[in-house]
Amino acid sequence: MNTAKTRIASLLAAASLALGATGLQAQEEDPIKVGILHSLSGTMAISESTLKDTVMMLIEEQNEKGGLLGREIEPVVVDPASDWPLFAEKARELLAEEEVDVIFGSWTSVSRKSVLPVVEELNGLMFYPVQYEGEESSKNIFYTGAAPNQQAIPAVNYLMNEVGVERWVLAGTDYVYPRTTNKILETYLKNKGVADADIMINYTPFGHSNWQSIVSDIKEFGNQGKKTAVVSTINGDANVPFYQELANQGIEATDIPVIAFSVGEQELSGIDTGPLVGHLAAWNYFMSVGTDANYDFIDKWIEYTGDETAVTNDPMEAHYIGFNMWTRAVKQAGTTDVDAVEDAIIGVTVPNLTGGYATMMPNHHITKPVLIGEIQDNGQFSTVWQTPGTVPGDAWSDYLDGSRDIISDWRDPLNCGNYNVAKGECGGQQSSE
Amino acid sequence: MSIRRWLEPILIVCLLIWPCMAASAEADGQALLTELAEAPASGKAAAITAIAESGDPRARHWLQAFADNKLSRMDDSGRFVVVLENRGRDWTVEDALTGEAIGEVSRRNLNRVRINNSLRSRIGNILGLLDLKVDDPAKRREAARELRGEVDAVMAESVESLMESAEDEDVRDYLAEALAIHRVQRGDVSAIDTLRGSLSSEARSALNKAASSDDPELASAASEALTSIEQLLKINNAAETLYFGLSLGSVLALAAVGLAITFGVMGVINMAHGELIMLGAYSAWGMQQLLPGQPGLALVLAVPVGFMVSASAGIVIERSIIQFLKGRPLETLLATFGVSLILQQLVRTVISPLNRTVVTPEWMSGSLMINEALSLTFNRLYILGFALAVFAALLLVMRRTRLGLEVRAVTQNRAMARSMGIRATRVDIMTFALGSGVAGLAGVALSQITNVGPNLGQNYIVDSFMVVVFGGVGNLLGTLVAGLSLGTINQLLEPWAGAVLAKVMVLVFIILFIQKRPRGLFPQKGRAAEG
Repeated sequence: MNTAKTRIASLLAAASLALGATGLQAQEEDPIKVGILHSLSGTMAISESTLKDTVMMLIEEQNEKGGLLGREIEPVVVDPASDWPLFAEKARELLAEEEVDVIFGSWTSVSRKSVLPVVEELNGLMFYPVQYEGEESSKNIFYTGAAPNQQAIPAVNYLMNEVGVERWVLAGTDYVYPRTTNKILETYLKNKGVADADIMINYTPFGHSNWQSIVSDIKEFGNQGKKTAVVSTINGDANVPFYQELANQGIEATDIPVIAFSVGEQELSGIDTGPLVGHLAAWNYFMSVGTDANYDFIDKWIEYTGDETAVTNDPMEAHYIGFNMWTRAVKQAGTTDVDAVEDAIIGVTVPNLTGGYATMMPNHHITKPVLIGEIQDNGQFSTVWQTPGTVPGDAWSDYLDGSRDIISDWRDPLNCGNYNVAKGECGGQQSSE
Repeated sequence: MSIRRWLEPILIVCLLIWPCMAASAEADGQALLTELAEAPASGKAAAITAIAESGDPRARHWLQAFADNKLSRMDDSGRFVVVLENRGRDWTVEDALTGEAIGEVSRRNLNRVRINNSLRSRIGNILGLLDLKVDDPAKRREAARELRGEVDAVMAESVESLMESAEDEDVRDYLAEALAIHRVQRGDVSAIDTLRGSLSSEARSALNKAASSDDPELASAASEALTSIEQLLKINNAAETLYFGLSLGSVLALAAVGLAITFGVMGVINMAHGELIMLGAYSAWGMQQLLPGQPGLALVLAVPVGFMVSASAGIVIERSIIQFLKGRPLETLLATFGVSLILQQLVRTVISPLNRTVVTPEWMSGSLMINEALSLTFNRLYILGFALAVFAALLLVMRRTRLGLEVRAVTQNRAMARSMGIRATRVDIMTFALGSGVAGLAGVALSQITNVGPNLGQNYIVDSFMVVVFGGVGNLLGTLVAGLSLGTINQLLEPWAGAVLAKVMVLVFIILFIQKRPRGLFPQKGRAAEG
């Protein structure tokens, strides 16, 4: 009886000890939380859901390698449902309630703009993986997608110098990214001596599907005796009917090439690409790039998704770079503390998937090569031209009034996202818009 | 490199002794292709010419493969291969020199010979000249057509001799035009006469350039020729705009006709109408998945299948939700809006959030060329015809069948119809199924001109309501007329107002119109209208 009692007591003691020990251990090895803020439903799910999977895959891979700082990484996935205000709410939930150490997220500029005040207020850390219009540099956001000088300007240079284009159609969907990009391009082209009459600008609503008269206008515009090209910032869904109409009206890439900034492998996987062969796109990564790093990434992606036909694209590479930069910076800083990581990450260099390296610049943008690719019949791009080295991202365009004199440098002593060189003052932390 | 060094002597010997070609064809071809692959961008053109002039019977095959991005070199063996199947990670290839099938090779091992558009158009010209000599007259004509605007000083002579020997009148005309364009480009005034009255874009392009040249004689002759062309062009443009309008209108009418039945005839505000269209589009995709390699047949079969799928979905919605909300339009609106969100997310979860590819069959792509400036795209032409056929069939059902009679009776006076022995509930189900099924038909048609994805329906729901309200609720013909006229108005406005503003203006127009005539274009008359 007595012995039984003691046995129970000692068992209890042992149990409580064990419990205590695990409690302690848990405190020491609390997982590092990574927030993923990509729409899984609604209009943008088409593009964003694969980015969620990309980050999940990168986290899984990192955990197999033993996690980070000896701790496991735990993904926290939320669904902002393509609803811009909801992005801000979900970002707040991630930072305030889940207390994540970093967020990977957003696609559209408007969703980023809606998250921006939240991450600045709560001092979070966010990696934004999509090409965008620039004119922004936040202390708390790292832009791993292309700024206009890493996509639009080199693309126009390519057409001007290598193809000999003299007349330009700037066609875009009616929202902030195309409008700003086209404004930059218009100023740039005029600086290069292109006449007003040789530039045609056209905007269409989201999801525009009836392109007949616009394509017919473009055809007419191209009949004026000068080599004409279309620079397209047409967004996602509207592209399919646009290209179909081009093909139906007999416009071939050799007559009027279209260079697109928003058409990637994923968009092409939803169309019959036969009629599009030869049209162009400018990105910083193509799935077809023949490097071992890229082939390994593709193999892993196919294995992760279990889909033999799964494609990779530019924003996925941006997340790959961003995630590696973040883990490197965390290792360097020895902590996931936001301020320490922000300091440590500037200057961090990691390999990209196209055989080069990406460096985080003081303006929170990264260096990228610019690739021009032609659409092929298998829904892939084949590179026809690329910049000799990498191009550092410029947050504030040199071709817009009011942003020409602004620079961004988040290192001491400047520590400012929009410093006006002419006036010699910092315009405050927030961006202009 | 070492292979090349080893080859060079053979190459020189071969050039000296032509007949040795056959013996060392392998080595020779390898050398030509090596040159093509290794030349810098500026030297590729010369390499292409060398291949074309080599007289090698496989030259055409190589150039075509090169132009199609199919010519690759294997990293390990240095063999040149033509890619036959380029999907997935392992590609099927054959040897470019011997034509021997090699089977599947890892993508990592293949190094594509790079090409760009200017090289591609050069190859196009070379192949075009070759095509002028083939037996198939249609192919010859096409090749001649394509040559316009492409002739350069090097080609001019051979084009001229080909023109003189051409038997086909069309071919001769095309080649004459091609040569005239070339001459105008070089500043030859006498060539302008040939281009007078030509509607082709290449001719106009050349004339436009000439009109702004420094030579006053050339400039005035060119602008004079252009004025005469402008006249012809205006008529063609008007016809083209009308066609664009009608085809957009037919799409609007087709999308709206299902709603004209459920909303117009039954009075149910069905916000899930767009998703019923989406289901139809997905049926087209599903059928193409079931019948791989036969996109045309699959599309034709998708017409009845799409109808059945959407109709059954309609029956489920009617039985499970709408029947309980009879006479409560606000609740119906909210409930069906919920259904629409559920259906969208269902497709996203079950199939994929990504758009699906619906292949356009051969007979629906391309365009019917009336003349150089006016061609009607086939896919829109078919949809226009399909829309008219659907309307005709529906009118027949509503006016000539017992179902149509019962539907009309029930909607006009439900109580009276029931007391005459009509089973109103059954008629409700049938009507809703019919409306939903027709939405499915619209979906099958739309799969050919827009994205098949979960958001397809959303893009058409507002337009559909707009068309039905404008046409007059409860009037099928009104829907057709409203769709066609709204489409035409939109296309008339678009060129000068822009796509965004044109849409706004159409909406404003409808709002004003409804103020004036609240019952739409064709209001229902009689006592039924009061109900």
